[in-house]
Amino acid sequence: MNLSHATDAPCSADELTATPSKGLLRFITCGSVDDGKSTLIGHLLYATKTLLEDQLQALKGDSRRFGTQGEDLDFALLVDGLSAEREQGITIDVAYRFFATTRRKFIVADTPGHEQYTRNMVTGASTADLAVILVDARKGVLTQTRRHSYLVALLGIRRVVLAVNKLDLMDWSHETFAQIEHDYRDFATKIGIDHITAIPLSALRGDNMTAHSANTPWYTGPSLLHYLEDVDVDVESEGPLRMPVQWVNRPNLDFRGFAGRILGGSVKPGDRIRVLPSGKTSTVARIVTFDGDLDIAQRGQSITLTLADELDISRGDVICAARDPAGLADQFEATLIWMADTQMLPGRPYLVKLGASTLPASFGHPKYVVDVNSLDHLAARTLALNEIGVCNLTLDRAVAFDPYADNRDMGSFIVIDRFTCQTVGAGLLHFALRRSQNIHWQTVEVDKQARARQNGHKPCVLWLTGLSGSGKSTIANIVERQLHALDARTYLLDGDNVRHGLNKDLGFTAADRVENIRRIGEVAKLMVDAGLIVITAFISPFRSERRLARDMVQAGEFVEVFVDTPLTTAEQRDPKGLYRKARSGELKNFTGIDSPYEIPQAPELHIDTLTATPEEAAAAIVDYLIHTGIVRARQESAHGLPTGKPRDGDTQT
Amino acid sequence: MTAPISLTHLQRLEAESIDIFREAAAEAENPVMLYSIGKDSSVMLHLARKAFHPSRPPFPLLHVDTTWKFRAMYAFRDRMARESGMELLVYHNPEAERLGINPFDHGSALHTDTWKTQGLRQALDRYGFDLAFGGARRDEEKSRAKERVFSFRSAQHRWDPKNQRPELWRLYNIRKNPGESIRVFPLSNWTELDIWQYIHSENIPIVPLYFAAERPVVERDGLLLMVDDERFPLAAGETPLSRRVRFRTLGCYPLTGAIESSADTLPAIIREMMLARTSERQGRLIDRDGSASMEKKKAEGYF
Repeated sequence: MNLSHATDAPCSADELTATPSKGLLRFITCGSVDDGKSTLIGHLLYATKTLLEDQLQALKGDSRRFGTQGEDLDFALLVDGLSAEREQGITIDVAYRFFATTRRKFIVADTPGHEQYTRNMVTGASTADLAVILVDARKGVLTQTRRHSYLVALLGIRRVVLAVNKLDLMDWSHETFAQIEHDYRDFATKIGIDHITAIPLSALRGDNMTAHSANTPWYTGPSLLHYLEDVDVDVESEGPLRMPVQWVNRPNLDFRGFAGRILGGSVKPGDRIRVLPSGKTSTVARIVTFDGDLDIAQRGQSITLTLADELDISRGDVICAARDPAGLADQFEATLIWMADTQMLPGRPYLVKLGASTLPASFGHPKYVVDVNSLDHLAARTLALNEIGVCNLTLDRAVAFDPYADNRDMGSFIVIDRFTCQTVGAGLLHFALRRSQNIHWQTVEVDKQARARQNGHKPCVLWLTGLSGSGKSTIANIVERQLHALDARTYLLDGDNVRHGLNKDLGFTAADRVENIRRIGEVAKLMVDAGLIVITAFISPFRSERRLARDMVQAGEFVEVFVDTPLTTAEQRDPKGLYRKARSGELKNFTGIDSPYEIPQAPELHIDTLTATPEEAAAAIVDYLIHTGIVRARQESAHGLPTGKPRDGDTQT
Repeated sequence: MTAPISLTHLQRLEAESIDIFREAAAEAENPVMLYSIGKDSSVMLHLARKAFHPSRPPFPLLHVDTTWKFRAMYAFRDRMARESGMELLVYHNPEAERLGINPFDHGSALHTDTWKTQGLRQALDRYGFDLAFGGARRDEEKSRAKERVFSFRSAQHRWDPKNQRPELWRLYNIRKNPGESIRVFPLSNWTELDIWQYIHSENIPIVPLYFAAERPVVERDGLLLMVDDERFPLAAGETPLSRRVRFRTLGCYPLTGAIESSADTLPAIIREMMLARTSERQGRLIDRDGSASMEKKKAEGYF
């Protein structure tokens, strides 16, 4: 084996404490299964003496036990960390490796080549300055090579090393190498990868890894390690100041500092700044650090700023150059990469974290999804795991941003599920949609309060949720009758009726169910604004959408009533014969059978239909409305409806 | 305007760690820093003080103690708590205390599990900490290379390597459900060499045991163990010899092997480290029970 060490360990005191002149380079390696990616990284670790004696001993042992290289060292075993992966023989997650030469420190994101792990590659690429894309010389540019390159380009990496590996198995054919390089350039330049360096390699044997190989006299370029040591990746790009405020530093009344990391440009005392979203301006007074005040701070540094004026600034606000501030918007076109097993549902409320802000958000229907193999744009209604699509993003309020193409840190976001708290997606902002700025709320003089006064009661939504056949519609009808008798203005929105009209274009898939509830929520909201007591009777099986409907109206205006019937009872009743159809497979996506019902966690009222008759249930609901002051009991309450506490007092929130 | 100069790798690592500290402290309800007194803890404490200056870091230090650390470590711990002005919590697993668990009679596995793994869980539960900073680095051990900066633990404190949240850009998802907790590793991207170079360039205090000195040691199973107090049971005819040694890593003294060395300055330590052919965990007995042992311990809740 041709294992040369690139650099000798430094020994003088100066060298020991000196920092490498070329700073830090972060790169990602991508390749298909068996392209030799782990071997390549293992070799770099070995050649830079990152690999130590005991690790080498462990590797020798492991090579005999699990290795695929006979008596030789199997470098791949060095980097396959988790035991489950080792047994499967493939890397299944992102791992970070570290090595250094006297010239540079390196952090490598090692990501798997397996087809289904787009999310890992995107994760690794998000922090990389450069990508090493491996190609097996025997196979050439594959679909997977194209996919990896597309993802790398999508995440904003413009510099790629095309590592043509295993060329020893093609007798070091210059022609093979040239053909692969040609094929690759042809494709890669089209997707925006401007800088391509192709290197002929044998990661296993060491050719052109750390020094020029005698096997490739026709190759005049650098070895892989020398290229990585030398390449300039200008991460400290010029640009206007951007600093999201992470934490407001207030040790005492005399000091008010804004702590954050500079994500664009630089800052000096005396610079004029503008704070978004407020738009207020001030001047930088000091750049405070533990090591004393700074004269200048630049992109990448974590600092604390104090300002000349007292501005109200909190976490999530962005301090920008006054003359060149970031954009401010609440609707965007974005590329979204979905990373969860449960599909993205348009209209469903998620949380989005962008800079130091986390806020409610929802996505529109994808305009298209990208087939990462052909790069074709395909129509889609949702996004599934590892799918990439372009869709509109709507945030709860306006935030500061820059397009991802201008600033990776100011134009990127992650998507968080509100209930599991998992990271379910990641995205890139392209541009703000002007639409949101052109629709102004119609200000009206007769408002909700005025209508409520005239009606003599407060408006609200009575949201009945429960399985099909639980008795929602029956109870809702009785409630409406009783409220009508109390002179309340009501409207009953019933599942079947709405589906015959407003929502007749929707089916029963999870995505359509979300849209169904969103529309009903919007209608209910308008009716609440009109001063009505709106009664809805929909299965509404998902917590997220009930939450969405709740969030559309004001606090106290949403009364969630869980009409609780065990599935077996509902199925026995089966008033419309639907369970029978669902069981026989005639009816798909039926709640309780092949589609889930998520039980409300803290409903205002919980009605157990096994113990309460529909009349008793309705009385409990009306009692609740009286008790909470939404409607008034009849004056002659002695012989009218009873007043008093709702029965399910302990389930109220 | 002066042209921006590129940050050195240590400046980049420092800025990233400070960023992590601030994000975590801003979003956690009740954070704590696990303080184990070693060099990584020293660096972590230094970075925490930088992150929140001129305020004090808005969290206490927690030392999950085994009662078997080197005496010099306890002295150093108390000094650092005083100097930083931070509250220091010391936790002893009462069960381990009652049973008198120790590495000599009960072996390293039981000792570590009872005092450290169980002790940590108990301490986090008792104080209700929802986020704990730890000094682990990805370069330490193979299974750690895949650890996230923000690592989630179930309500039972378990780590599931198959179900980790993706971490992109510098956007950390710190949301969690009640009962779940987060371990945060601000030193994830530092290597052992980075740590030493940073200690040198920032003049960070560390426990004197890292520097070579004459110390009383005995040799057992190929490890040089320091006889730090009278609890060390000497075999018949075994007498401690004074040898010039130092420690690359610090833990419980009966489980931590010394190396023979004359490196008594930071540059000498760094030089020795760069020429060394063994990794720092080699001096630790607990890693030796099979190459997947660390991953197993982590899944069970070991830090």
